[in-house]
Amino acid sequence: MSRIQTCFDALQAQGRKALIPYFTAGDPDKANTVAMMHGMVEQGADIIELGIPFSDPTADGVVIQQAHLRALKNGANLSWVLETVKTFRETNSTTPVVLMGYLNPIEIMGYETFVETAADAGVDGVLCVDLPPEAAGRFRSQLVEKDIDLIFLIAPTTTDERIGKICSQASGYIYYVSLKGVTGSATLNTEEVSQRVQHIRNYTDLPVAVGFGISDGPSARAISSTSDGAIVGSVLVKEIAAAAQAGQPESAVGRVGEKLAAMRTAMDNG
Amino acid sequence: MPDNMRDSKVRNTKESEVRLNDTIDSSIDGSKNSALMNQGDDSKPWLNTPDLEGYFGPFGGRYAAETLMGALQELEDNFEKLWRSPGFQADFDRDLQHYVGRPSPLYFAERWSEALGGARIYLKREDLNHTGAHKINHAVGQALLAKHMGKTRIIAETGAGQHGVATATVAARLGLECIVYMGAEDVRRQALNVYRMKLLGAKVVPVEHGSRTLKDSINEAMRDWATNVDNTFYILGTVVGPRPYPKMVRAFQSVIGREAKQQILAQAGRLPDAVVACVGGGSNAMGLFHEFVPEESVRIIGVEAGGEGVDTGRHAARLSAGGKTGVLHGNRTCIMADDDGQIIESHSVSAGLDYPGVGPEHAWLKECGRAEYVDVTDDEALAAFRGLTQMEGIMPALESSHALAHVEKLAPTMSKDEIIIVNLSGRGDKDIHTVAAIDGIEV
Repeated sequence: MSRIQTCFDALQAQGRKALIPYFTAGDPDKANTVAMMHGMVEQGADIIELGIPFSDPTADGVVIQQAHLRALKNGANLSWVLETVKTFRETNSTTPVVLMGYLNPIEIMGYETFVETAADAGVDGVLCVDLPPEAAGRFRSQLVEKDIDLIFLIAPTTTDERIGKICSQASGYIYYVSLKGVTGSATLNTEEVSQRVQHIRNYTDLPVAVGFGISDGPSARAISSTSDGAIVGSVLVKEIAAAAQAGQPESAVGRVGEKLAAMRTAMDNG
Repeated sequence: MPDNMRDSKVRNTKESEVRLNDTIDSSIDGSKNSALMNQGDDSKPWLNTPDLEGYFGPFGGRYAAETLMGALQELEDNFEKLWRSPGFQADFDRDLQHYVGRPSPLYFAERWSEALGGARIYLKREDLNHTGAHKINHAVGQALLAKHMGKTRIIAETGAGQHGVATATVAARLGLECIVYMGAEDVRRQALNVYRMKLLGAKVVPVEHGSRTLKDSINEAMRDWATNVDNTFYILGTVVGPRPYPKMVRAFQSVIGREAKQQILAQAGRLPDAVVACVGGGSNAMGLFHEFVPEESVRIIGVEAGGEGVDTGRHAARLSAGGKTGVLHGNRTCIMADDDGQIIESHSVSAGLDYPGVGPEHAWLKECGRAEYVDVTDDEALAAFRGLTQMEGIMPALESSHALAHVEKLAPTMSKDEIIIVNLSGRGDKDIHTVAAIDGIEV
């Protein structure tokens, strides 16, 4: 059984929902990336979505775009991200790690090399923003062979026919994008999200986690109460940016931890 | 969950698995090479492209964020339905004739040909189109589609500003809101076109991220589209992007080659020996080449921006200087990327060629050997700009000047009986400030 499934099963048994933070590996710097991962777990993260830096993150808003650029400036690349996961695994063998990013760095590394290295490092899932299920065939099989989940997005614009397709290809969990737009957008209609999540459940038994637009305890609680988990990115990355701006990269772990802890508390006491 | 719902869930899953498995296995890892049987005659893989999934050999496809997948399908459905309909064709032809001013002339550059001492050179005068470049052809076509689809808001990216101007023009004509994303560096280089767009009622948004050129303006347009997908039509300015853009833009531009073929048959009584065009994304080139791809006696030559020289690393010669196969802006193609898969910033004196990717069909025409791709430097292009201006009284765009610069090398190697058609894709007025600045003159 994959770590992701084990994680969701355990949460369900406890009547809790998954808190899934995102940050870009190598931001605010390479030295604090593993510490950030451990810090997130300490403050209540159930799964970590670790961003693979890319020069042209077309589905991200300005906050995460800048995180990618900072990480690249720090010399972070895909090989290093995979080494980082391996280092994290030396002291954490339970928290699932999902690599999130764009296809090109993986394509250039080579699919086979990537899958082998990711499996060796202890990666649990991969989410490629610009890889729809129609184009994922062989890569998906290679990942499945190594027990790595390929996670897909479903958007408000996804037709029922596509929801069916996506659910038939997905594993791990479904990432429901709560709104049209890019990461870091502001408005969130909880009622609408709730209806869409219920609708998606008609097509799959996989957990459905929701991302985009979750910014604090109340929104995390509201979203997670109608789904299986809350994915939170831009609001944390803003804290990382502030730490970088202040020239105190080591303070990022604490700043992010504070935000996460508030969400964890709100979700658990909902 | 009610039982009937559970049943339909299982059924949905099975059907989609079958559908997916039919198509996906070959679409990654470049293994589409082995799937040429999808594309008809194995010995001529350059014909009948793209396939139904949008692939030209291993290149092309639809690598887009999920939020855009529905809009891309809607676009493709409307394009495929309307493109072949007599009503749409009649509207498009009428606009090309009376609004764009087609057919554009095919002009025998006699004096220039004699000076070069080789082949006879004919210029396809896309610079004489309304708004001064070939970009208006696909802007008119896509605007007609937008109108049919009931979209009220138009977005576009632009490099040199020619596509932005063309888009602002068709949006003004149809009374549609128009937002043009343009790299801040290009806003600086192409101040005249920025002002033209503003006069036409478009909002020009400078993009300050990344290299602040064409690549970044496409990134930003894609973000806008994902945010405003319901009412917005993205008029993409070249043969890149996810399916159906490469095929659709080619379809709207292919009038260039159809006219050129008729014109050369009428004027010279035979097909040309070579067709030459500059390649940024590659829309003017595909527009000229498409009609000649099946004519195997015709050499097809695309000219990329060699910038400061390919050995300096500051260029945009993706195909001719050994680019990598990768995925950028929704399609698999030949790109400039480092070993980590990060996109390398391209460089060219001409904003319209300053792009690290290229249309997937160009990557395929090169790989299967049907077309050749070469590069010329900034300096060579500038020399050709001056040469044609002084010898023929025609001031070419710096983009087109790259094609001309290669013709200056090619023509002398050919005989006087041979014929070259070169696409003069745009006029040079927009570049006067750039050229003047190089001359140290403030205009």
